[in-house]
Amino acid sequence: GPLSERRLMDVRLGELPAWLATRDFSPQGLLGGVQKAWNSYYDKYINVRRGGPAGISMLLAGYCLLSYGWNYQHIKCHRWRKYH
Amino acid sequence: VICSVLHATRPLHTTQQCSAPLPPLPEKGGEVRYGLIPEEFFQFLYPKTGVTGPYMLGTGLLLYLLSKEIYVVNHETVAAACILSVIIYGVKKFGADVAAFADKLNEEKVAKALAVKNEAIKDLETAIEQEKKEQWRVEGRSYLFDAKRNNIAMLLETNYRERLLMVYNEVKKRLDYQVAMQNLKRQKEQDHMIEWVEKNVIQSITPQQQKESIAKCILDLKALSKSAQAAV
Repeated sequence: GPLSERRLMDVRLGELPAWLATRDFSPQGLLGGVQKAWNSYYDKYINVRRGGPAGISMLLAGYCLLSYGWNYQHIKCHRWRKYH
Repeated sequence: VICSVLHATRPLHTTQQCSAPLPPLPEKGGEVRYGLIPEEFFQFLYPKTGVTGPYMLGTGLLLYLLSKEIYVVNHETVAAACILSVIIYGVKKFGADVAAFADKLNEEKVAKALAVKNEAIKDLETAIEQEKKEQWRVEGRSYLFDAKRNNIAMLLETNYRERLLMVYNEVKKRLDYQVAMQNLKRQKEQDHMIEWVEKNVIQSITPQQQKESIAKCILDLKALSKSAQAAV
């Protein structure tokens, strides 16, 4: 279909800038986008009859990665070697 | 907190209202390998790199991060390793039991709701049957009214006959009274007349007649006694 109506996963790599241009970056737009993403994740991994550890473990792993990235400047000081 | 805020700001009633039943919850979630990486990633790399592609990618990435010390090994690594091992041991050992328990809770909830629904359906069905019975009863109206009419007619007849009897009794009483009056009057007249005749006769017996009758009686008695003596 047309570029503006496709989801991120269906967009090819070369069309990515054009697709980004069609996105809505106002606060409501961003909030709506975040909401849709959360809803699709929730419906796929958590809101099921027999879920497993996968639903929250992925969230926790993402949180670990994010917090590592936020504290990277501080962690860089604890490196073992000076030159890599 | 973020989730609840997101849920609160979600726009409600945006699509057309449709009365189709909700689709049931999916049985299992999306496939995830090792609890961390969705299966779609492996499928995405499969055409180009086969089965071992993602594992190679993972190993290479890991070694790159370690060698360039983009991931620094410090006390947190040890802590993370201990925590992860405990978590994985716990999940592997008690996962099935917890899942069964949660399933049982869910089952009970669903069973209760289903029971309520079935109960409501049964009640409604009995109500329908009773309604039909009432409708059948309505057809018997005509018999009911005929019986009632008969009852009323009988009451009227009874009342009429009672009154008839009363009238007869009253009239008979009055006529009896008249008859009794006449009888009494005749009786009284007779008695009075007899008395008057007797009184006059006794008055008319003069003393002379009395003496003569007494003498006659004595003579008769003597004659009788003579005949009686003779008989003895």
